[in-house]
Amino acid sequence: MQSSVKQSARPAGGMLDMNAEQLARGLGYFSLGLGLSELLAPRAIAKISGLDEKDTGVIRLMGLREIFHGLGIFAQGRRPKEAVWARVAGDALDLAALGAAFASPKTAKGRLAFATANVLAVTALDVICARALSSNDRTSTGGTIVKKSIIIDRTPEELYQFWHNFENLPTFMKHLESVSVTGDGRSHWVAKAPAGSSVEWDAEVTEDRPNELIAWRSLEGADVDNSGSVRFERAPGNRGTIVHVDIEYNPPGGVIGSVVAKLSGEEPGQQVYDDLRNLKQVMEVGEVVVSDGTVWDNGFLTQRPAQPVSGADLAQSQGAH
Amino acid sequence: MRANCWYGKQDVRVEQVPDPKILNRRDAIVKITSTAICGSDLHLYNGFMPTMEKGDVLGHEFMGEIVETGPDLKDRKVGDRVVVCFPISCGNCFFCKQELYTLCENSNPNAWMMEKMFGHATAGFYGYSHLTGGYAGGQAEYARVPFADVGTLKVPDSLSDEQVLFLSDIFPTGYMGADLCDIKPGATIAVWGCGPVGQFSIASAKLLGAERVIGIDRFPERLKMAKEKAGADEVINYEEVNTYDALMEMTGGRGPDGCIDDVGMEAHGGHGIVYAYDRAKQAVMGESDRPIALREAIMACRNGGTVSVIGVYGGLIDKFPMGSVMNRSLTIRTGQCHVQRYWKKLLEHIERGDIDPSFVISHRLSLDETPKGYDIFTNKEDDCIKVVLKP
Repeated sequence: MQSSVKQSARPAGGMLDMNAEQLARGLGYFSLGLGLSELLAPRAIAKISGLDEKDTGVIRLMGLREIFHGLGIFAQGRRPKEAVWARVAGDALDLAALGAAFASPKTAKGRLAFATANVLAVTALDVICARALSSNDRTSTGGTIVKKSIIIDRTPEELYQFWHNFENLPTFMKHLESVSVTGDGRSHWVAKAPAGSSVEWDAEVTEDRPNELIAWRSLEGADVDNSGSVRFERAPGNRGTIVHVDIEYNPPGGVIGSVVAKLSGEEPGQQVYDDLRNLKQVMEVGEVVVSDGTVWDNGFLTQRPAQPVSGADLAQSQGAH
Repeated sequence: MRANCWYGKQDVRVEQVPDPKILNRRDAIVKITSTAICGSDLHLYNGFMPTMEKGDVLGHEFMGEIVETGPDLKDRKVGDRVVVCFPISCGNCFFCKQELYTLCENSNPNAWMMEKMFGHATAGFYGYSHLTGGYAGGQAEYARVPFADVGTLKVPDSLSDEQVLFLSDIFPTGYMGADLCDIKPGATIAVWGCGPVGQFSIASAKLLGAERVIGIDRFPERLKMAKEKAGADEVINYEEVNTYDALMEMTGGRGPDGCIDDVGMEAHGGHGIVYAYDRAKQAVMGESDRPIALREAIMACRNGGTVSVIGVYGGLIDKFPMGSVMNRSLTIRTGQCHVQRYWKKLLEHIERGDIDPSFVISHRLSLDETPKGYDIFTNKEDDCIKVVLKP
């Protein structure tokens, strides 16, 4: 895997873990303190942060959330990974609320800016802490590793040929917009990223064993550093091929991107497995199968009702694919 | 078009929704001429099935005429009169090739949800939550039918809708219950539950050569139908006598060769389909009697016999008599019905006049009256056994 600019070396194991846990506890106490203040003295908080003093209802709600997160950190025990990620999500909400307040004529802009800077600082701490606590899922450079496999009723030769033409990949990898082969074992990849943006990179094939294995990695300057391999193993009993995929990457948008992805229900392992299932459909029935509920997406929160799609919806879905 | 949509517990509404369109290349659009409410729809109605969304179109038993076809659909054309089966199956995968159609690996776009709950996923089903794919159902004027070459059966004009409609689900489902018992000539078969599926298990056991078939239920009108229409030789009302004792009396203490559970957890007032483990366990503890038919079927079955489980189970059950199963060499066979494995043969039975499946129908309503149909079916009002709807 290419090392990238944003991957600074991390201190090793135990020491960092202890620090992350201490930091988590600190953040827990901070949550409880701030939450109680917001709940009990919303007016004072409004004044300090330059918000409209009539917004006490919202501030009290924020307080409840803070207390909830604080308790979550302590309730989760030694490595409160999810609870700290929840704090990151909470920070995002606070930032959104502060952002909205900037638009209001009744707010004090100077104090608002000060409050926002403070929340940003805390967000950074939360992210560092959550990331350190999540280090088990990560590579030495902070990336994510995913390993999945699927059995497909086609020969290794057929699957190798299909995959080897990288331009076929977007037919089953729903996050890829396009892959264009630029020659010389190199290709240019464009993938969808959160909030309608996209990320791009160039990749090169690092290993190519016909009908057996293809490996690739992104080149210097990639938006998302990534590398991967696909291995085609003949299944016993003449039952087709077991396709093994290993992918290692740094999520678009770094850690925040991966949090956003997690919040929208897109766990990386699940994503890769969904893509493999799509590959199976493309190879066995010729296309990706959709239901009314999954015309746009099959995430738990992003399904539409199981009701026929209107023409407008359909246009939107075709635009998205 | 008009369609019956789910909006929450005991809240279904017939609403105007967009007409279905071709989304995949082997799709067909069917103009529905007859559809029905299934006993399993009552789970959705009573709010026991997770992953429902407001607006979901219900219904998985329907038939009609093909009015549009996808570009790769072979062997079906506009104008064909067809019955649609509830499983959506690709016909190409490992399981479809073995005629295990409800286990199709390619038709459930939400397979990941079910994997989390069951370890592996089933095929997609129409109008039966997002767990089974998120497909709009057939209590509507039109439906999209994916893989229509595998999922529809052409039916002759000489037979009425009511004679062939139940090939979509309950007739083959009841038949599979009997088929899994591997019935030998002279066999005695006991059937728990005389709802529509139970009626068809009784009739099918007879078609498959069972000499003696015993129906078990608590509703007199269902027991009457079992005896007079489905062909049961004897019936047991479990509110009047102890089922086990009655079966032992009838079989000289040996027990039936095959025992079919056509009840599942549904007939006992709700079940914890695929709730998280704790919820299911809690629910089961709260109503420890729920798998009562299954336990009884196991205890009553003769040594070395077969217990066929067709009634729907959704999660975990408590106090399962595994010792009885193991020590007495029982075979348990089960599954959602692989309709396409059976429906051609069953159509022949109907054509020959061996059986007229319309005998289970107790109510005929218009599509607009669907909410009323759910209400009377769920409350078993007016001796309701099976509701057929006309769009």
